[in-house]
Parts: sequence; C-alpha cells; structure tokens
Amino acid sequence: MNKPIRLLSIACLLMFAALLVNANVLQVVQADDLNSRQGNKRVIDEEFSRERGAILVDGTPIAESVPTDDRWKFQRQYPEAALYAPITGYFSYIYGQSALERSQNSILSGSDNRLFVNRVVDLLGNQEPQGGSVELTLDPVAQRAAAEGLRDLGEGTRGAVAAINPQTGEILAMVSQPTYDPNALASHDLSATEAAWDQLTNDPNQPMLNRSTQLTLPPGSTFKLVTAAAALENLNLTPDSQVKGGTELTFPGKQYTLPNQGGSNCGGDPISLRQALEVSCNVSFGDLANQVGEEALVQQAERFGFGADPLDGLAFEKSRVVGAESEGLEDTQLAQTGIGQYEVAATPLQMAMVAGAIANNGVVMNPYIVDTLRAPNLEVLEQTEPSEFGEAMRPETAGMLKDMMVSVVDSGTGSPAAIPGVQVGGKTGTAESAADRPPYAWFVGFAPANDPQVAVAVLVESVNGDTSDIGGGRLGGPIARSVMEAVLR
Amino acid sequence: MSTPTWVPRRRRGAELVLTVMAVGISVFGYIAVGLGVSGTIPSDTYTLIGGLVLAAIGAHLAVRQFAPYADPVLLPLVLCLNGLGLVMIHRLDLGRQALDPDRSAFAGSQVMWTFVGIVAFTAVLLIVRDHRRLQAFTYTFGLTAIVLLILPLLPVIGHEQNGARIWIHLGPFSFQPGEAAKICLAIFFAGYLVVKRDVLALAGKRLLGIDLPRGRDLGPILLGWLISVGILVFQRDLGSSLLFFGLFVVVLFVATERPGWLVVGSLLFAFGAWFGYVAFGHVRVRFDAWLDPFADPDRNMQIVSAMFGLAHGGIIGRGWGQGSPELTPFSFSDFILASLGEELGLTGLMAVLLIYGLIVERGLRIALTCRDGFGKLLAIGLTMSFAIQVFIVAGGVTRLIPLTGLTAPFLAQGGSSIVMNWAIIALLLRISDQTRRPAPPTSSVGSDEQTQVVKL
Repeated sequence: MNKPIRLLSIACLLMFAALLVNANVLQVVQADDLNSRQGNKRVIDEEFSRERGAILVDGTPIAESVPTDDRWKFQRQYPEAALYAPITGYFSYIYGQSALERSQNSILSGSDNRLFVNRVVDLLGNQEPQGGSVELTLDPVAQRAAAEGLRDLGEGTRGAVAAINPQTGEILAMVSQPTYDPNALASHDLSATEAAWDQLTNDPNQPMLNRSTQLTLPPGSTFKLVTAAAALENLNLTPDSQVKGGTELTFPGKQYTLPNQGGSNCGGDPISLRQALEVSCNVSFGDLANQVGEEALVQQAERFGFGADPLDGLAFEKSRVVGAESEGLEDTQLAQTGIGQYEVAATPLQMAMVAGAIANNGVVMNPYIVDTLRAPNLEVLEQTEPSEFGEAMRPETAGMLKDMMVSVVDSGTGSPAAIPGVQVGGKTGTAESAADRPPYAWFVGFAPANDPQVAVAVLVESVNGDTSDIGGGRLGGPIARSVMEAVLR
Repeated sequence: MSTPTWVPRRRRGAELVLTVMAVGISVFGYIAVGLGVSGTIPSDTYTLIGGLVLAAIGAHLAVRQFAPYADPVLLPLVLCLNGLGLVMIHRLDLGRQALDPDRSAFAGSQVMWTFVGIVAFTAVLLIVRDHRRLQAFTYTFGLTAIVLLILPLLPVIGHEQNGARIWIHLGPFSFQPGEAAKICLAIFFAGYLVVKRDVLALAGKRLLGIDLPRGRDLGPILLGWLISVGILVFQRDLGSSLLFFGLFVVVLFVATERPGWLVVGSLLFAFGAWFGYVAFGHVRVRFDAWLDPFADPDRNMQIVSAMFGLAHGGIIGRGWGQGSPELTPFSFSDFILASLGEELGLTGLMAVLLIYGLIVERGLRIALTCRDGFGKLLAIGLTMSFAIQVFIVAGGVTRLIPLTGLTAPFLAQGGSSIVMNWAIIALLLRISDQTRRPAPPTSSVGSDEQTQVVKL
C-alpha cells in the first residue's frame, strides 16, 4: 500500500504548493490592486490617519491635511472649496475619493513606489509616513475670474469655463457651476457626511459634475471653426473665397430648410468666408459641410481631439460629431452637423482645445493639470513636460482661421470679448437644445493673436431669469475676456 | 516486513526543546498583542499564557508517559498552531469588542477547550494502547458515525446556525458532531477496507490505461457518495460533504492500489458539484463569489474583506494588534487564516501553512512506516482528511477555490473542532509509537495478532 501513499504525498505537496503560491499572488502580486479599490476600509482608515500630501495652486494649498485629536489624527481641508471642488474632488471616509484626490492618491497618500525610500526611512525612524504633494498648472487669478464671471450671471446659473495655454496645454482655469463643498464630504462626522452626500447626489443641478470635462453639449456655432478648418483644408478656400449666403439653405427634394439665426440673409449671396464666420452664417456652413462631406468633417474634428481622451487625472467625457449608432448622415443632418447641431456634442475643454490649436499654428497640445509631483522633502518626483496631441491643420490654414477669428471679435458677433490693445480672436455659439428649453450659450477665444498665451471656452448651460436674449457673445464673451485679461495681466 | 535496522530512539528531549520554542512563539505573541492594542501588557494575558504553558506541559508528559517512541515533531507543531490560534482569538476579542462592547469574548473558552482537547488527547493515548484493537470495533464506529451525522437533523437537539444544520444543543453545551464523525468514519473505512481490499482491487474494464473497478463493486463508493450528498442536501454543509467523500475515496485508493477508484470518485464528485450548483442557491452564491467577488461586493463582503485584509498585510504584515482583521465576519473561526495573514503578513501565513504541511508530512511518514494494514489506512485517512480540510479552508479564504464552511484545525475558535483534532493527533502518535517502538525481544503479544501484520 506504499505506492498509493507516495502518490498521495505528491498530491499533498502540490496542494500545499498551490496554497503557498496563491498566498503570494494575493498578498504581493494583487496587493496594490486590492489596496486601491474603492470601499477598502482598511486602506481608508490608514490613509485617513496619515498626513496626506497637499494639492497646491501657485504654492497655496487648495487641499491639505491638518492634525486633529480624534481617532483619525488628520482632517482633510479644502480652503477654497467651492472654487476648486471639480479639480480636487473629495476625500471621504465613506464615499472614497474623486478627481485628483483619487487619481493622485498614491502620491498624496505616500504609497507610491517612488516614495518607497521615504517610507523605509520613516519606518526605521519610527516616524509616521507622509504623503507627497501635487502642484497644479492652474492660474489662481484666472480661475477666480472665471468663477466670478459665471456667478455674476446670477443665482442658479449652470455653466463651465476651461482655459488652457495653447502653446503647452497647461490648464489655466477650470470652473464648473454649480459647485459643492468637499469639506462636507471629508468630515469626520460620518452622519453629516451621509446627509451631505444625499443632498448632493439628489440635487437635479448635479453640483458634483465637472461640467468643463464631463458634460458634452452641442457646441453650436463654435463648431463652425471645425467646419471652416475642414473647408480650408479640403476645398482649397481662402478667407476671401465666395461661399453660399442668403436667408436659408434648401435641399433638393426635401421640405426642410436651414435658416439663419434671427432670419438674417448674412449680407448677401454669395459672401466671403470671412464674412460668413463674422456673422456666423448657418447657410454658408451648412453648405460647406455638405461640400466637405461627412468623412472629412469627422476626421477634421478628430484631429482637434474629438473622440479622444487626452487628459490624465480627471474624468473626461469624449466629444463627438456623430452618435455612436449613426449609419451615415443625410444632407440635412450633415448641414446641421456643420453648424454644431444634430448629434455634435463637445465639452468646454475640447472647445478650448479647438481655439488653442488655431492659435498655436494648428498644433493641438495635450491638456494637463498636474504640473509637479513632489516627495514630502520637496524633491521633485515628476515634472510634466508639454506634449503634442497632433497637428489639426496646416499652419497656413491655422493662420487664416486665426485671422478670421480676430475679425469676429473686431467687427463681428464676438465684440464683447475685445480687450483694448490686445488682438483677441473668438467665436460665439448659441446652440439649440430641446424646443422647450433655452439654448446653450458658448464662447471660444484666444489672446493675444501674435503670441497666444491663453485659449478659453465658456459654456453657459442655463441662466435664471430672462432667456429671450441668450447669445454666446453677450453671456460668454465678457467671461472669456476677464479670464484672458487675468492670464495676460 | 523485517524488524527495522535503525536503533529506536525516543527523542523526547528533542520534543521538549521544540515544545518550548513553540510555546515561546505564542507567549511573545500574547505580549505583542497587548503592546500592539493598548501599549501595555494587560494582566489577563498572564492567565492565558499560564493556560497555554500548562496545556503544553500536560501534553508533553502524556506523550512521555504513554507513547514514548512517538514522532517527536507532531506535538510541538500542533502546540504552536494551537497557541497562535489562542493569541489570534484573544487579539480578535479585543478588536471586536472595540467595535461593539456587547460582542462575546472567545479566548477564555478556547483555553478551556484546549484543556479539554489535551484531556481527550491523553485519554486516547491512555485507552488506545494499541491502535489495532480499534479494528475490532469497525462497525461500531461506522454506526456511531451515522448516528452522529443524523443527530443535528433531529428536532429539539438539532440546531441550525448560519445556514448550516450541523449543531446539536445539549443543555448549555453545543457541539458539532461532524468533527467526531470524521474520526469514526476514518476508523470505519480503515477497518472495512482492510478486509475488503482484495475484492475491491479486482479489475474491471480498462480505459485509457487505467483499470476501472467492476460494476458490482461500486456499492460502497456509491454509499459513501450518497452519505456525502445527504450531508450537502440535509445539513447544507458543503465543506464536510466534500471532506467525507475525499476521505473515503483516498482510503479506498490506498487500500486497493487502483487509480481507477480515483477516476470514479472524481466523476462522482464532479456530478455532485454540478448537482449542488444547479440545485442549491447557497452553493451557487459561493461559486459566483469565487469567480468574481467584486461583482457584488456587498453580498460577498466577507471574502472581499478577507482579501483586502490579506493584501493590506502584504509581505511582513501589520503586526499583532495593528491590523483590522475584526472587520471580517467570523474572523476568529472560518477566516482566522486571513486574520493571521493580515497581521503576520505573507511571511506568517506561509509559516502557518508550512506547519500544516509538516503535520501532513509527519502523518504520511507514519502511514508509510506503519507495519500493519489497518494502521496504514487509518493513518492515511486521518492525515489526508486533515490535508484536505486545510486545503479547503485555506484555499477558500485565499480564493484559490470556492469558499466552504470548514474550520482551520487547531487555529479556529470552536470546541468540537479543537477537541477532535487533538484526538486525531493522539491516534497518529499512537500509530507512530507502535511503529517506532523496538520489537519485543520475545513474542509477548499473542500469535493471533502477529498474523495481522499483513503484507505491505
């Protein structure tokens, strides 16, 4: 009977080997993944009890941990909570983390592999481990200007502002309204946290949504920049080329007609492309979209960043030209697409990237918000270098478009964004949504034209009060101006 | 089999040294828990330390007195596990009561049950002076096993707890008869199969190079299988069902030396597992939780919490009293291995698994060297059931296999388990003592018994 016993011994050996290997897999290989899962109370307890690193804007903390004398030893605080909430996110015992608190968690909590030596030193010195800090690209003055601009539109305004440096992709301002107070979610009073969470998640205005990167809406006439770029690239036009004008665009064999905003005739038929952009002529761009064709238009948008997610660290909704289930557009639908309606939907950050690419000679830069990661001893762990997303168009095309956008501000619909003594380029947009609700107001722009320092997109989703006169120039222009002024100051 | 050529040595001194080391680990564990949780050494830890030292002395003296030639490594290994278990249960008492002061403490009663276990251990060594005498009671043990398995199903005394009907309540005492049934079944299988092995070894059809058993010999294995399925259906105890069937198939395989029985057993097991999955919601829940625990983290909170704890422990662990193993439900019984892995880390968990592995290795060695068929089958049955149980419970909490409700021997809180496992070790030591003992100079045992030393 010894032969089967020897076989069983080998079986036992394999069983125990499997147990040992599995324990290694679980506790070493999968450990990081398990530790970073949401709802892991052990890690949350530990991280709550640790001196978490700060998130800094221009050297000033917008999220920091201060000592307390309760069971967790440290309290996370957000000094300018409402202003930076969409960027910092929250650090909650119950609800985990969001935004940068989540994506930069390994550095902030000190668990990052690059902080390994620090941890060992802390362990040997019997010190509590500390987290590293995250420094952002934001310009606090521009950020404040953007937030104030939206706030000045009145109580109940929903909207967003995104501003980037077109030459580097640094995000200079990122504002979403309404906003919320992450301090309420980081509270150690857990029942208060739950109450705040319930209130925030049940609010129909969705205050925890970062509207500048997570909300895609029809960009309206600001999308005409994309259509114009496609036309300039594919049809060999110049700003002085004659394009179709008139009061409405008709389609062979169809009842539907595409009219201009307010029933205008765009100043004649035909008109120059420059004039078409200045007066934001629907007829011209609806016709150009059909001349360019769906494929070329979608490709042009994708070269601007539509359909991609170039932003690290923050939730980012991809912008789109046609819906996911679209099976080719009819000419009427393509005409509507060309003026930023039908299924076109873009985030404010994406529209800022469009303006930025035009300002930056056609080169799209990857937007980024994290500038520097530092160890607790302030040693730089990582410095983000600007990187190119790609070339959206030829430099000559970009130059022509830039020129036309300056005309829009100098003598067209974008005049509210004008800054004395600075060449500002811009484009307004007023996108229809549903029939029973007011349109969305957009403004995109850049300044100065010769050496662009800032590209900005403003979205006003809704305002309370008088809605009869919503226009991208009137609502968005002044906000864009104050943001650009803040950057150029 | 000829008389061994090596000079028999008792090795009781070596055992004592190892025992001191094993107890030392637990004593330092107690102190570390006190320092880790409260920063001081609480006074009641001395009672627990004293209890453990007393138990160790008692067990060592019992072996020295009643089984002087027994394997010297088994007892220290078991004492080390038992001590680690006591420390962990004590530590979890502190942690769980910090969460909710109304929760009951288990460390005190576990020390008491350890004493009872040592008493049972001594009693087995004292009463069973020769394991071959047990063979005379083969069918008595078989019947006892059946009765023990049926007890929890009876009204009044039978009791359902956490979904499994495996408890009986007698006055103030509650008891899991399944643990005792395991030993009775091991004795029954060994006694039954050592007699029937020649018949059952007859080959039937040959398939893929393996001799399958004859159809008419399938009776016993089908009976064993039906008992296991009965446990699954009526007691809803997946782990015990698997364990009993595994025990039976393994002993059958060793007795007949026919791998065909393993094939038949595996097929029956596969069918039973499929049946369980289709027929029982609780089996399906366990299986789905194994495949993807994060599909429903709230329902699978227990295994998820155990995995979080193990991952949080990492390579060196949080340290005694520094982790949060009390967050996992049943962290002190079914999930005590996860608790150890969290606080002692991968290092500690691997050490515990290696201790289990060494116990199994000693058991296999005893089975190999034992000179009589009954002793061999009994040793392999007890050892393999121990190994299978460790594999099922350790694999379950570390998500190697689906989770089934079995306790980690000697570590987990629970009186029946600890007492019966001590009895198992006593039986193994008894067989070992018999094997390593020098052959008597003259034939002092009766000639009847000599004929029982059958072929190997």
